[in-house]
Amino acid sequence: MIGMLLLIRRDLMLAFRGGTDAAMAVVFFILAATLFPFGVGPDPEVLPRIGGGVIWVVALLAAMLSLERMFSADYEDGSLEQFVLSPLPLVLVALAKIIAHWLTTGVLLLVAAPVLAVFYNLPAAAFLPLIVSMLLGTPTLSLIGAIGAALTLGARRSGVLISLLVLPLYIPVLIFGALVVDGALAGRDYGNLLMVLGGFLLLALAAAPWATAAALRQSIE
Amino acid sequence: MQGLTVKELDCIRGDRLVFAGVALAVKPGRALLLSGANGSGKSSLLRILAGLLPPAAGSLAWEGENIDEDTEAHRRRIAYIGHADPVKPGLTVCENLEFWARLYGLEPEIEPALYQFGIEQLADLPARYLSAGQRRRLTLARLAVGQNSPWGPPLWLLDEPATGLDPSAVAMLANTILAHLANEGVAIIASHGGLLDESLSGHADRLDLQDAAP
Repeated sequence: MIGMLLLIRRDLMLAFRGGTDAAMAVVFFILAATLFPFGVGPDPEVLPRIGGGVIWVVALLAAMLSLERMFSADYEDGSLEQFVLSPLPLVLVALAKIIAHWLTTGVLLLVAAPVLAVFYNLPAAAFLPLIVSMLLGTPTLSLIGAIGAALTLGARRSGVLISLLVLPLYIPVLIFGALVVDGALAGRDYGNLLMVLGGFLLLALAAAPWATAAALRQSIE
Repeated sequence: MQGLTVKELDCIRGDRLVFAGVALAVKPGRALLLSGANGSGKSSLLRILAGLLPPAAGSLAWEGENIDEDTEAHRRRIAYIGHADPVKPGLTVCENLEFWARLYGLEPEIEPALYQFGIEQLADLPARYLSAGQRRRLTLARLAVGQNSPWGPPLWLLDEPATGLDPSAVAMLANTILAHLANEGVAIIASHGGLLDESLSGHADRLDLQDAAP
């Protein structure tokens, strides 16, 4: 457990001091979401209707931006080999890296989402469901993304490969995340949708660290 | 005290048999210098000994016990230095070393370790400003962190550790390895000759992997 905390702390320090990856994801999130109204027009009737879906699609793409770097720096400088040899089990190394990725990407998206919700003229009633759905959905994105990032380590054009591997797996999260916001807008009960998102999170939490660790071990052989 | 024993080890990379039938025995207090041309399998042998690469055939034993029986215990007894330097540019020299020491469960006695490799004055400098040789010294300082600890790893696997070092740093490395051997440690070192080999020659055996080429 101490080893996990050490690794999370180190990755947070690197992200905080390096800054670019995390900042890039949030800037992309805001910029890309800002582009949609230019395409579909500023109709105050249309924007709230598409807002939830747009915010979710863009969040998903933004989370993917930094996936390529999740393990590649450690792979290139030999840190990954040292993790494999360390007393910390590789599954916990993978989990620590995933948590650090979520803290430096998902949490920032979560903070920026209400700003975009205002931008899309979403009613106040949709804010909480949006935040809660993203709170459950963005860790799932990091967990699933870690598998893709680990599988493509050392490959050329790994960024494109990650997208091809991971995007199809993101679709259920996207559908249910957007449905939560739609449900809130339509005044429907969205509790069961949040539970499905929670189920996805638990499923990913149960499987992704092991799958990621297996892929990481394969990558160093 | 039997140290490390390897029998009939084969290594295949891709479809290529790199070496076959490698056998070696290194007793505590001794080093083994691996030599051979590029591609002869020095790095692969070290990675197999570290458990980073599965052998195609053969067996490895520590103190007479097959390492497959307890791979976790084997990991704990290893300090492995590969070609790359696991140094993060965004952390200071001190933070880099402290991270690895703590992750490996060692007492983070940072200053003596940095002093041992002559980089104590760089302790608070972000590692992005280090030269290649200084980064190598920082990587090697990890060996010194656990050296005096009873939990320090007894088996050092060093892959061309003197690459990029100036003569004074090679001497520091040689002294560190000799101190490890004096503590009944074992060191297996891939090298292409030079000052380090000369410094260790009285305490080391040699294995030319060219002899194990298929």
